[in-house]
Amino acid sequence: MSDPLEQRLAGAAAAIEPPAHDPARLAAGAREAGLEDVAYTLEDSPVGEILIAVTPRGLVTISYLNTFPAEATLEELATRVSPRVLEDAPPTDEARRQLDEYFAGRRRRFELALDWTLVGPFGREVLGHTAAIPYGEVETYGDVARAIGKPRAARATGNALGSNPMPIVVPCHRVVRAGGKMGHYTGGAERKRQLLTLEGR
Amino acid sequence: MALPPFQAALDEHHDAVARFLVATVGRQEAEDCLQETLLSALRAYPRLRPGSNVRAWMLTIARNKALDSHRVRARQPVPVGDAEPGGTAVMDGGSPDEELWGAVRELPPKQRAAVVLRYVNDLSHREIAGVLDCSEAAARRSLHEGLTKLREDWT
Repeated sequence: MSDPLEQRLAGAAAAIEPPAHDPARLAAGAREAGLEDVAYTLEDSPVGEILIAVTPRGLVTISYLNTFPAEATLEELATRVSPRVLEDAPPTDEARRQLDEYFAGRRRRFELALDWTLVGPFGREVLGHTAAIPYGEVETYGDVARAIGKPRAARATGNALGSNPMPIVVPCHRVVRAGGKMGHYTGGAERKRQLLTLEGR
Repeated sequence: MALPPFQAALDEHHDAVARFLVATVGRQEAEDCLQETLLSALRAYPRLRPGSNVRAWMLTIARNKALDSHRVRARQPVPVGDAEPGGTAVMDGGSPDEELWGAVRELPPKQRAAVVLRYVNDLSHREIAGVLDCSEAAARRSLHEGLTKLREDWT
């Protein structure tokens, strides 16, 4: 680029300072226009960093960043819910508040609207039953399978619990293996023990 | 292949769009143009074909917003005594760079966009053609004509 004018343009272009990114303004505009199909935020918690995502219908995902990188979760949301995904904390405020209370031992039941988009019909039955297991109590995979009228589907029940997109709030940690073993957990067995300990078990 | 989350596209291309707008409409107007561009992009995003050139697509939207902004300003009466009729009143203190961008903003729309896309966004001729919705030869021509006009003023 030997031409003086081109050099001049390139120099002036390099000197442009773009306006600072203003994510709050964009998100507010998007909410107002009804264009924010998925809002998410990353949050520290006693069980490690989590990603919380909500849609206008309710909570759609909580994921443990140690087991699922945020990019993978966000790509799944883009594919299966809507590509209109924005990082925006305020819509997740209520979920975060209730989670804080839960971790502080001040909440035993979540009162949040849930968006079941990521859950299939069988998972919906399993997780629907699981959502009603009371604080501090546990059931086995077989118990859950029997409760939904599919006593031979204990393994499939385990799989459905393993892909619970809303752990903690839909308390899949309260479903354990028969014979007092902990069983798998979406965030790792350590997390499952931690949550059950918090609930006094 | 699926569309990436909009946030990822935004993180990647926000600055390119913002720089395009600062050069094209001036710093003062750029912020509102940017907000409108990003909202329009968010609205249209689910219809974008997966695998598209997202940067060129966002710049196309930015270019249309910049054209709207130029039109609105052209319709507004210029107050008596205003130094620069013709839409270049928005300047940041008249630095040499601002004078150069002022001259760029005086170019006809296609030439203006071609120059900014080339030197601010470092786009290839083919990508410029995509944004301007014209042939690659026409994009080269717009760029060349724009540079020729600037050279007349600047040498």
